[in-house]
Amino acid sequence: MTRTMQKSAAALIGCAFALLAAPAHAASGWALLNMPEGVTELSKKIYDLHMMIFWWCVAIGIFVFGWMIWAIVAFRKSKGAVANTAMVHSTKAEIIWTLIPVGILVAMSVPSARVLIDIEDARNTELTVRVTAYQWKWQYQYLGTDVGYYSTLAHESNTARQLQSGIDPQTVPNYLLDVDHPLVVPAGTKVRLLITAQDVIHAWWVPDFGMKKDAIPGLINEMWIKVDTDKTGRYRGQCAELCGRDHGFMPIVVDVLSKGDFEAWLATQQATVKQAAAPATAAPSIS
Amino acid sequence: MATHAQAAAHDDHDHKPHGWRRWVFSTNHKDIGTMYLVFACTMFFVGGTMALVIRAELFQPGLQFVDPQFFNSMTAMHALVMIFGAIMPAWVGLANWMIPMQIGAPDMALPRLNNLSFWILPFAFTLLLGTLFVPGGAPAGGWTMYPPLALQGGDSFPMMIFAIHLMGASSILGAINVVVTIMNMRAPGMNLLKMPLFVWTWLITAYLLVAVMPVLAGAVTMLLTDHFFGTSFFAASGGGDPVMFQHIFWFFGHPEVYIMILPAFGVVSEIIPTFSRKPLFGYESMVYATAAIGFLSFIVWAHHMFTVGMPLAGQLFFMLATMLISVPTGVKIFNWCATMTRGSLSFEPPMLFALAFLFLFTIGGFSGLMLAIVPADFQYQDSYFVVAHFHYVLVPGSLFAIIGAVYYWLPKWVGRMYDQTLAKWHFWLSAIFVNVLFFPQHFLGLAGMPRRIPDYATQFADWNMVSSIGAFGFGFSQLLLPYIVIKCVKAGSKAADRPWDGAHGLEWELPSPAPFHSWETPPSAAIIARGAEH
Ligand code: HEM
Ligand SMILES: [Cu+2]
Ligand SMILES: [Cu+2]
Repeated sequence: MTRTMQKSAAALIGCAFALLAAPAHAASGWALLNMPEGVTELSKKIYDLHMMIFWWCVAIGIFVFGWMIWAIVAFRKSKGAVANTAMVHSTKAEIIWTLIPVGILVAMSVPSARVLIDIEDARNTELTVRVTAYQWKWQYQYLGTDVGYYSTLAHESNTARQLQSGIDPQTVPNYLLDVDHPLVVPAGTKVRLLITAQDVIHAWWVPDFGMKKDAIPGLINEMWIKVDTDKTGRYRGQCAELCGRDHGFMPIVVDVLSKGDFEAWLATQQATVKQAAAPATAAPSIS
Repeated sequence: MATHAQAAAHDDHDHKPHGWRRWVFSTNHKDIGTMYLVFACTMFFVGGTMALVIRAELFQPGLQFVDPQFFNSMTAMHALVMIFGAIMPAWVGLANWMIPMQIGAPDMALPRLNNLSFWILPFAFTLLLGTLFVPGGAPAGGWTMYPPLALQGGDSFPMMIFAIHLMGASSILGAINVVVTIMNMRAPGMNLLKMPLFVWTWLITAYLLVAVMPVLAGAVTMLLTDHFFGTSFFAASGGGDPVMFQHIFWFFGHPEVYIMILPAFGVVSEIIPTFSRKPLFGYESMVYATAAIGFLSFIVWAHHMFTVGMPLAGQLFFMLATMLISVPTGVKIFNWCATMTRGSLSFEPPMLFALAFLFLFTIGGFSGLMLAIVPADFQYQDSYFVVAHFHYVLVPGSLFAIIGAVYYWLPKWVGRMYDQTLAKWHFWLSAIFVNVLFFPQHFLGLAGMPRRIPDYATQFADWNMVSSIGAFGFGFSQLLLPYIVIKCVKAGSKAADRPWDGAHGLEWELPSPAPFHSWETPPSAAIIARGAEH
């Protein structure tokens, strides 16, 4: 126990410095300290904004904590400090430490507003996927096609996550972050997600895409992503709004394919749907 | 000094009832204050136990101890118990004890109301904690009770709502009493701008309470009728809107967080000057800053719901308004720093807690500022980063201020000094473990761990383990507090009337322990002048 504690304390201090020294890209464990830069146009802007405010806070922190520490060290009674009881007010100081923070806030809010405006600009999207949340799974429907399916926690994770399952999560690949059918989107394409829910509120969040959006029954929210062309791959996230018992167990996995691969994938899916629908035309499609 | 003698002499004539009647029928501000504080302390340990259930389950990935539904009950109940059962009653208890003494009044203005507002609480919490034993389990939809999820609650649902109504009624009565006392019971010569900051911050807090507790009552009543009487305030299928609940809830909820922190600002503004042996710097600007924060707290609520999909203009407005709050907050921090500057500092337990407040609350302020930046909040929202933020402002913020206040005024209350060495142990353990507990949660949130989950992906394991170790360390360290207080009451050495040489304020002009009825005769102008050297 003490071992762990020493180790943890050391790690804590080490990491506090690591955080200051370099934004970590790293994969796991102790090195996971910062927001991922992500792989979309917006996620990088959001990351930059996050780092900008972080450094502002560090700068203000150096000043404020420096002042506190200086006061605590320099004016100790035990070292014979005598209070200057006349020092009780200074209009000049009050004005200075009101106006300078206001200036800093303006410096922070202008770039923030810019990024926000970019985020809200959902024009010219090339593909729309409707994302519907249920307790406790996701449904993805490609608008304008018949392709649509549910996405639920992968079987292996689901077995391991049962109370006292006896299975060590470390042995399960991508424990709790794996699904049966991932969402598939093309890279280099502005993809619009129309997000809603059928029962309670959920939220769709993939940190590498820079943001989350609530899925609210009766309302359709909009969010767009444009993954860099060279960033094809698999990205993972989770539901981010408490939605009941299995809120922790409805992950999100997104496969980002190149445009060509995506077209091919969509065509195959279309074909499968058509085939399945052909014999019994009455079979309801979910789009 | 005449008043001293008089008050002391009168003490012998206190016709205070004995046995249980003294407490059940109490109309005395000190007894009621004590009951509030004991109640808060009890609830603090109840809520703390729930937190330890949560942190035990999160110690490692995988589900070891509890079902996810029970886990969700623990998070919801922990928050409700801590907010409404621990922090708020503790502040009302301190208000009861200190406001009459600090403004030169014999008691609170409305003593019977005072009795009622306290005695509602045990009933409210019996009801709330009773939900743990009903079919379907305790509320599990978060303390924020968002519909439609909250409407899925079983038998616990109406019980929770009635409990909240009771707590709300209690808070409103308590707040009215504070306002009426401060407005009417000040000793002649104690004008508003001579009042100590604890009184000022409580006055503003009381107005916030009166303004927003009814809003909460309205919100939960609408939930109730949606559930039982077929209304659809918050059901889209019936023309309602689930997001409207969030607007109403946070219109209450954001001022609520300031209800929990403003009195802390007051306490810190008393403690720092005392142990710096120097009057508070910028007294008037402190008052105005508090008022500004109180006002701004009404126009920032939607920063809790940036991800629900608001129009751009709305998001910008709430972002800017929220950022603006850091200006008066900054003014306060600078004033406290300036108070210490060129002072003569000593580090008794109350000062230690106030200094930890200063450092760690500032960290919570920084993360608050980051959360206000809407695009970044799209990442932070509902992640452990938010959990880290509000715990930094609530634990080393509100809670440390409450503990500091107890260590500051305890000698006055009981006439005995506590074991300061032990209290310093309490401080260092708390200050270290609180950081081990909450700092790593910033990392977890940024790395993508959502809040309110009972189990997590393996890459989050390391920092969760650290956080859980911190939680158990922090939790067990808190047992020192009741131990130190009980030891002091039973066997502390005799405390002087002014146990801290730098302390000013009317409470220190009374003998220790303070007489049963505080100021039977109002303090003289000279005493007020001496006390008002903030
Ligand atoms: C500089 C001042 C502050 C700013 C700018 C600020 C900002 C924020 C923001 C933007 C959020 C929403 C985060 C999210 O859900 O995405 C938040 C959450 C929260 N804040 Fe603060 N805050 C400040 C001070 C405080 C104080 C003083 C308290 C209480 C003592 C407090 C308590 C909370 C709580 C309890 C929540 C989370 C509520 C929940 O979701 O359950 N904050 N804060
Ligand atoms: Cu969820
Ligand atoms: Cu808020």
